[in-house]
Amino acid sequence: MKFQYSVEGGDFTMAGHASSQVKKSLKQLGIDSSIIKRVVVALYEAEVNIVAHAYRGVIDVDIESAGIKLKLTDEGPGIPDIEKAMTKGFSTASAAVREMGFGAGMGLPNIRDNSDRFTIDTVVNKGTVLSIEIDFK
Amino acid sequence: MVLQEVCNLVNGEVLCGHSRLKESVEFAFSSDLMSDVLTVKKEHFLLITGLANSQSIRTAEMSDAPYILICRGKTVTPDMVELASENGILIIVSKFSMFKCSGILYSAGLKAVY
Repeated sequence: MKFQYSVEGGDFTMAGHASSQVKKSLKQLGIDSSIIKRVVVALYEAEVNIVAHAYRGVIDVDIESAGIKLKLTDEGPGIPDIEKAMTKGFSTASAAVREMGFGAGMGLPNIRDNSDRFTIDTVVNKGTVLSIEIDFK
Repeated sequence: MVLQEVCNLVNGEVLCGHSRLKESVEFAFSSDLMSDVLTVKKEHFLLITGLANSQSIRTAEMSDAPYILICRGKTVTPDMVELASENGILIIVSKFSMFKCSGILYSAGLKAVY
């Protein structure tokens, strides 16, 4: 089962829409609630990251019997120092993002903690691709 | 603790999800930082927050927190109520501070998630 969602940078009114849709699909499939929570928390953090940092992005969702694969491809500034970005507490988020309750430098580490496999490919001034995989067992 | 009791203890007003007032909750988590809420592993808890925007509702949805107590008398917009209603989330608003809400509810037996 494959889905694709577009995400606009800066549009906080729609942030979480894709994650909400994926949550509904996984519920319908009868996936364990603790696994659904890991999936949607990781996806929501990644979706908010696109809204907060990028110009636009696309989320590809691939639900298979063994697990879910999420690929988030954005056009944006990229991440100059991935090691720093993965450090809890480090953030480059704007004041506007912080007012929304984010930008505490916890998003990427939380995505990693909820994923079974997680990779970041980034090119500065071009964009970032996050790949998140979570097994259903 | 039954949600109706939560509402009574904080002098709250229910904005949506009235049918859930009969339900019980054992744990609560207080934060204005949604990134912190998203690190809570537990499901089915009361989110106590002073952050009143659409992302506090979305965060509750993703965190499996079906009940939100919005404190400090913050204004809840119709969009937030609509989003919460779509997702079956109960919203209670209280004029008390987050510290006061948390203290009252903790004293009355609601547990911390950690």
